[in-house]
Amino acid sequence: MSFLTSLVNGLSLGSIYAIIALGYTMVYGIAKMLNFAHGDFIMVGGYIIFTCVSTAGLPPAAGILLAIVLCTLLGIGTEKVAYKPLRHAKSNLAVLITAIGVSYLLENLALLIFGADTKSFTNVVTWPGIALFGGQLRIQGVTIVTILVSLAILIVLQLFINHTKNGQAMLAVAQDQGAATLMGIDVNKTISLTFAIGSGLAAIAGALLCSAYPSLTPYTGAMPGIKAFVAAVLGGIGSIPGAMIGGLVLGIVEILSKTYISSQLSDAIVFGILVVVLLVKPTGLLGKVTQEKV
Amino acid sequence: MALLEVKNLSVYYGVIQALKGISFHVDKGEIVALIGANGAGKTTTLHTISGLLRPKTGEILYHDRDITKMPGAQIVRLGMAQVPEGRRVFADLTVEQNLRLGAYTRTDSNKTAATLESIYRRFPRLKERVRQPAGTLSGGEQQMLAMGRALMSEPDIILMDEPSMGLSPILVNEVFDIIKAVHEEGTTVLLVEQNARKALAIADRAYVLETGTITMEGKASDLLNDENIRKAYLGE
Ligand SMILES: Nc1ncnc2c1ncn2[C@@H]1O[C@H](COP(=O)(O)OP(=O)(O)O)[C@@H](O)[C@H]1O
Ligand SMILES: [Mg+2]
Repeated sequence: MSFLTSLVNGLSLGSIYAIIALGYTMVYGIAKMLNFAHGDFIMVGGYIIFTCVSTAGLPPAAGILLAIVLCTLLGIGTEKVAYKPLRHAKSNLAVLITAIGVSYLLENLALLIFGADTKSFTNVVTWPGIALFGGQLRIQGVTIVTILVSLAILIVLQLFINHTKNGQAMLAVAQDQGAATLMGIDVNKTISLTFAIGSGLAAIAGALLCSAYPSLTPYTGAMPGIKAFVAAVLGGIGSIPGAMIGGLVLGIVEILSKTYISSQLSDAIVFGILVVVLLVKPTGLLGKVTQEKV
Repeated sequence: MALLEVKNLSVYYGVIQALKGISFHVDKGEIVALIGANGAGKTTTLHTISGLLRPKTGEILYHDRDITKMPGAQIVRLGMAQVPEGRRVFADLTVEQNLRLGAYTRTDSNKTAATLESIYRRFPRLKERVRQPAGTLSGGEQQMLAMGRALMSEPDIILMDEPSMGLSPILVNEVFDIIKAVHEEGTTVLLVEQNARKALAIADRAYVLETGTITMEGKASDLLNDENIRKAYLGE
């Protein structure tokens, strides 16, 4: 049963990676940039919830909601202030470096406000766990919630993209900004919306991650952010189902290697898999060959 | 009364001047052809009118409104559509999704549905392929899709950038027939073409663009008989 337990835990961790990877992949697909500060929005969401729940004593639902709202606004604001002015810059490097700058800024702001000590996060997901197979397989409430939430997000996102005007506008902007403009689509607004969704999802990931692994520091978002980036690339960056699959694969591989091989080596194995997949299929699992617009 | 008026338009790509102060107009109900060799500045002209490029000097008036600085997405709402050079259909989206994006600015879903039906009647081949990704269509079908997509907004004026480019002679005729039909139903047309003979044959008036300058203008039938035009653009 320990294999099943690991598998479920991997699925849960993978779901969190997937939620983060969705933000990465949507922003990359639509705004054509790697938002390396994306992971730090998880940490920001975590601190907002921590402050609301543990410091101010608000109910967890209020904390989560506030985190989503504030992260969404922060995402829109960051894009407007830091990334948009560079959208037509000669080199893609400019915006990449800016994103790294934003990442450091957020981490150091958190350091300034909350200090470097690890905050112990109160689990905001208070569902009871379940026991299966006569108690041999125990699944924590937070694990179940995480998997369900990410499933719900995927479904809602697919419905939104395929069946709403804004969703179709996002796909149009992802493929051809000029042609999208000729349809009457406001490219700036569409990119804003993409950042809003990605950052809101990061806040949800923050709530789930900090509930499953209840310690919070200014660097909490950094490693999951990188893993989610790997997941997005693994699945084929720009592809929404790819991000989902990439996230799940990564989470399962990570937990299984921790259980059966070595917890020190698990990250090396995760990144090793990325290298192998990219050697065999450079566009990722679900990615397709596209002409890169330089 | 001009529906679209371009005055003294200059456009640069960095330090390279692509349009050198061109002026022209399109009256309501006309087909106006803009002909010229590769690199003359035809696409630049259409992109600037649609707000994809910003001019350095000059003015663009549409329905008597100054749209020179208006965001491209907003210009569409005033009733202007473009069939861009190279078709630029959304390859990953289905035929129907592409057409619906053409109606992005419209809010009345009943009227949009009626337009969609009329597009399918005009382009039966698109109807057979509603769920097919646009990228899998043939060149001719993609051109039909790009035209259908532009018509979905029910524009007052439609700008077409080399709609016959890269098509077989039969399809070229088909494209020109469609342009005529669209025009007969009341849509004003600004047609950019390298196929000068066909363009002049259906146009009311025409302008000749050479390296960013308009060098000749007049009734299309007059230009068709002009000695210089025949030599330079009709290969005679
Ligand atoms: N994106 C661009 N950057 C720099 N120069 C360009 C660009 N697009 C077009 N040009 C130049 O502007 C001139 C006009 O181009 P264009 O409007 O595409 O001509 P046409 O459509 O008549 O073939 C050409 O000399 C072309 O090389
Ligand atoms: Mg051209």
